[in-house]
Amino acid sequence: MTWFKDAPPWLRWTAYAAFGVLILTIVQSLDDTNQLTSASSSQSMLRWGVPILLAGLGGLFSERAGVVNIGLEGMMILGTWFGAWGGVTFGPWWGIALGVLGGVLGGLLHAIATITFGVDHIISGVAINILAPGIARFLASEIFTGIPGGSITQSPRVPGVGNITFAFLAGGNFGAWKSPNLLGWIAEKDWFFVSDLASLGLGMVSRVSHMTLLALALVPFTGWLMWRTRFGLRLRICGERPEAGESQGINVYRYKYIGVLISGALAGLAGAFIASPELSGIYLQGQTNGRGFIGMAALIFGNWRPFGVLGGALLFGYPFGIGLRDLSGAASHSLVLVNAIGLAGVAIWALTRGKRTDAVLAGVLSAGAALWYFSTQFVPDVWKDVLPFVVVLLVLIFFAQRLRPPAADGLRYRKGET
Amino acid sequence: MAPAIELRGITKRFPGVVANERVDLTVDEGEIHAICGENGAGKSTLMKILYGMQSADEGTMKIFGDEVHFTSPTDAIALGIGMVHQHFMLADQLTVLENVILGAEPTKSLGRIDFDKAHEHLKHVGDAYGLDVHPGDLVEDLEVGERQRVEIIKVLYRGAKVLILDEPTAVLVPQEVEELFRNIRELKAAGSTILFIDHKLDEVLEIADTITVLRQGRTVATVKPNKVSARDLAELMVGSELPTPATTESTVTDEVALDVVAVSVVDDERVVVEDVSFQVHKGEVVGIAGVEGNGQSELVDAIIGTRAVSAGKIVLLGVDVAPTSVRDRRERGLAYIPQDRHREGLLLPAPLWENAALGHQTRPPYSKGFWIDREGARKQTELIRKEFDVRTPGVDVPAHALSGGNQQKLIVGREMTSNPAVLVAEHPTRGIDVGAQAAVWEDIKAARAAGLATLLVSADLEELIGLSDTIVVMLRGRVTATVDPATVTPRDLGAYMTGAAEAGAA
Amino acid sequence: MKFALGRRMLLTMAAPVTAILFALVTSSIVLLASGSNPVAAFGDMVGHASKLETMVDIFNRATPLFIAGIAAAIGFRMNLFNIGVEGQYLLAGLVAAHVGSLFLLPPVIHFMFIMIVAMTVGGAYAGFAGVLKVTRGVNEVISTIMLNAIAISGLVAYLIRVWQAGDAIQGGVGRVGTTPIPESGLLPNLNGLLEIVTREVRQGKELTGMLIVAILVGVGYQVLVNRTRFGFDLRASGINPFAAQVGGVAPKRMVVIAMILSGAVAGLVGLPEVNSLGFFAANPIQGLGFTGIAVALLGRNHTAGIFVSALIFAFLDISSGVLQFTGAASREIVVIMQGVIILAAVVAYEVARRAREREEARAAAAALVEAPA
Repeated sequence: MTWFKDAPPWLRWTAYAAFGVLILTIVQSLDDTNQLTSASSSQSMLRWGVPILLAGLGGLFSERAGVVNIGLEGMMILGTWFGAWGGVTFGPWWGIALGVLGGVLGGLLHAIATITFGVDHIISGVAINILAPGIARFLASEIFTGIPGGSITQSPRVPGVGNITFAFLAGGNFGAWKSPNLLGWIAEKDWFFVSDLASLGLGMVSRVSHMTLLALALVPFTGWLMWRTRFGLRLRICGERPEAGESQGINVYRYKYIGVLISGALAGLAGAFIASPELSGIYLQGQTNGRGFIGMAALIFGNWRPFGVLGGALLFGYPFGIGLRDLSGAASHSLVLVNAIGLAGVAIWALTRGKRTDAVLAGVLSAGAALWYFSTQFVPDVWKDVLPFVVVLLVLIFFAQRLRPPAADGLRYRKGET
Repeated sequence: MAPAIELRGITKRFPGVVANERVDLTVDEGEIHAICGENGAGKSTLMKILYGMQSADEGTMKIFGDEVHFTSPTDAIALGIGMVHQHFMLADQLTVLENVILGAEPTKSLGRIDFDKAHEHLKHVGDAYGLDVHPGDLVEDLEVGERQRVEIIKVLYRGAKVLILDEPTAVLVPQEVEELFRNIRELKAAGSTILFIDHKLDEVLEIADTITVLRQGRTVATVKPNKVSARDLAELMVGSELPTPATTESTVTDEVALDVVAVSVVDDERVVVEDVSFQVHKGEVVGIAGVEGNGQSELVDAIIGTRAVSAGKIVLLGVDVAPTSVRDRRERGLAYIPQDRHREGLLLPAPLWENAALGHQTRPPYSKGFWIDREGARKQTELIRKEFDVRTPGVDVPAHALSGGNQQKLIVGREMTSNPAVLVAEHPTRGIDVGAQAAVWEDIKAARAAGLATLLVSADLEELIGLSDTIVVMLRGRVTATVDPATVTPRDLGAYMTGAAEAGAA
Repeated sequence: MKFALGRRMLLTMAAPVTAILFALVTSSIVLLASGSNPVAAFGDMVGHASKLETMVDIFNRATPLFIAGIAAAIGFRMNLFNIGVEGQYLLAGLVAAHVGSLFLLPPVIHFMFIMIVAMTVGGAYAGFAGVLKVTRGVNEVISTIMLNAIAISGLVAYLIRVWQAGDAIQGGVGRVGTTPIPESGLLPNLNGLLEIVTREVRQGKELTGMLIVAILVGVGYQVLVNRTRFGFDLRASGINPFAAQVGGVAPKRMVVIAMILSGAVAGLVGLPEVNSLGFFAANPIQGLGFTGIAVALLGRNHTAGIFVSALIFAFLDISSGVLQFTGAASREIVVIMQGVIILAAVVAYEVARRAREREEARAAAAALVEAPA
């Protein structure tokens, strides 16, 4: 298996993903559903994954600069309100711009509190998470109540930016000519596994919002910025050893500020995305529903690296996407078995590393999930709402100790205190 | 020719303290200039001012004849000043190259780092000064000496002509110090000016061309090494002869207080302490020598109970305490002076009496059964304050308000007044002033005479040789030698510590 | 001591007062900008709050906020962030109300039984996060956030439907919930006590008996933390876990115990509502846990401070209701005020802490000079 270990990471991860799809294909056949590998599922996964991804990348900028940001949730809420308001009042791209601005305002508060005044990062984050919904609700009561279709808890319909269906892959237009739909053709063939792959792929290349493309492009861009540029190196030193930066004449405060402001901007963008027609097309009180926190979880899952965050975002977005369309509950039921298989995988992995406690724990949980699966036909519909959180918790339980956060993440920094 | 550095009347005040008071300093180009003074004399503050990390309240600075005002290290770096800090300014999870180029990154368009150019320049600097580093290594994988080389290269990479080295020998054994001094002489030969902070007098006399002595924030003298003796320097530094740790006649009894039997410790699947055995008798001081990171601190953790042993026994007054808790060991008479008083010794924002209670909170006079005895604790703290000469306005002030020496005296006091049978002292005089250092030594000597068994871990070889009745040398987690402090020299001890000399017995 | 106690007190008090003034000014500006008259709005609120019936409401809201504040403070004292008070109290309140409705026990004992169930559930749920922290290295901030979601959107949402009482409950919409608890399981209200010093309480308002429980919890917390060996260990671990460990405190055990204690107290937060309704409502009051964290922060983790902050937050919550009727301003302004107060307070405390440390260093240095060498 050394050839596999030596393969480039993208190839390995593609292989893992394909293996995952294979499992999904097998599992769903037991429950007589095709939801797990349908194009609409992967489309939902992508759509629900984008705000998680953006929030996670936001967390990455902040935490790489050494500031823990659990205020992401609040900044995201500001993004939803400002995004919706901007969209309704000035048009879709303005909505995005104002959503970003709303997030930046939240980021600015967090930066002032934590960097300038040295307030504990968690405490400041909690305060922002209390303040932000208040601001959004107040603004809604002042402004949305005066617009037809708006109320204190919601905005009128928000217009969306355009989307793209890829030519040849998904039958999008090539110039004026409508190209063939290659993946769609394979997906309809009902070839075991191959059609499932095609169908999942189809969902991810059909009617993809320009905002989604932007969000995905941010992943490699973030990696490039952090590890290839002067800016990135200086930002990272603030999260690893700020005194070292200070001793080389780097203005640590400035880089921390920039990191937290970008963090706010991305959380705001995530909020604007949630309020856009891609997901809800409306500002709704409470609609972020903890996604900022899941973004943080994706950041941790991704070990503070951009492609890792993307993986976490898609993983956590998947059950949201499934649950939303799963009226019969069969797909949610299938996911229980997927969980059981995943946990069994963890158990085997732990065994090969000689971690007996982990193996036993994962094994017991796996058996429990399997028992639940085989003893029921349906699972309570709340299951789909909590599944992402359960997955996050499980991931943390088994992998938290393998993670490497920035060394000075969350620590108070004062210039001249070395 | 104008001197490389000329400081006149530099004054720097912190709340309640004057760190530098009208300090004058002149450093000629191309010389090795040592700044001498005991802990708290204001050496580091002066260097931070010179490097732009702090700004002086009063006074003028001239660099190569031009008056300057630094607002950040960038200004100092631009004029060719570089500093190697006592605590290395390196990020563990970054590579050597990233650490070196930080703040002076060669870039291409769009702010991209030109890694090729950086590699080339790094190699060039390394070759020119005979310093060898591997740019791709993570700093966390490097040994202390290698880290120091990275720090020096970092300064040279920026083309520094004036190098400030803040206590560079503090973490090195004699052999490594020689290596460092060779490097420093090469730097001088290449035209660099070196400012060298130290308080080890023999080292200063060996390397420096000129010596400036600071005392309580003021310049007391600038002298040439061939005109003064170590004794004269000590006189200048502290106003009297330096105290020595030497003990008098042996008080060792044949009663074993602490018996460490074949102890091994595993940390993250790595054996960090392997099969270590020794005994400490009542009235005996056993010293542990070793280069940092060779298992001493893990061994101490295992003895006090904050780290589990993977094999072996720790017998305290006849009872194997290896499976028991820290609290149990403390209640059986184990006392501990930790190596880092801020990290492991004190509750900085808490009042002194709570700090005195820490570690003894389960016993009178600090508590009565379930309850904390505030009155008893305060009285006991007053007692410690008097007996151990802790200078404080009262026992209700928070610990962070005290100077390092007084904090240490408080810790020593609270451990000594708990009637311990065994004391584990880890670098008990690190970073404190001479007066406090002498006081701590006296306390240990007195307790030894009264029958206390002491395990002493120290990087200060003079201290180790002076205080110990026996010295155990640790290398890579194992005991590699047991030596008699009466006959061993620091240089020999250094050879054992680095493995240059093979096991000898005494 | 050189720096007088009075000066220290002044510094301590200055911070929260500044924060509240700052919040008043900010919200006034916001109100002016949105075309409302802040003087009229705040005047309406104060006028409303000066009525006895409103005061009863304010105390009824302050009671759970105070308990939630104590719950958060127990964690804070150990540098543990129990963000999960929210989930813990909802889950605990629901289970306790349901279990309490299944039995018929003698008065007092029945109520105690319900309290113990609530504390057990809250403690166990929070303790789980503590166990994850010490055995698996999972940061409690993240785990309690996840556990909140699992409790609220999962367990509570599901169980409330399973345990829904259906026809058993008299009354209209908004009176839906679990099976009512027998009278023996409920605390009497304190109107009788209150009316001794005031007039008769009208409009069917009842001062919650849980106020007594809250006061007991507050006093117990203060004594436990400041006077006992356990409290010493707890605070030492919070200030410096490494020094505490060297000082004989078992850090992992302390984490788990502190989380359990915090969660047990959090379990009581939902009981005032259960007690006044007689059952756990299908749409219970939410957000008390998060506000409780803010209350603890503003109150500096001291019982008296938490009490005052709980009253302030409750005042804002309740008295703003009048704005809907007078129309002087949007009542949502108080949510902004609460947010601004807490953000300004934590900043002000930090500034005050630095000022105090400078002063203490100066005083200690002065003593050093005066002391005989």
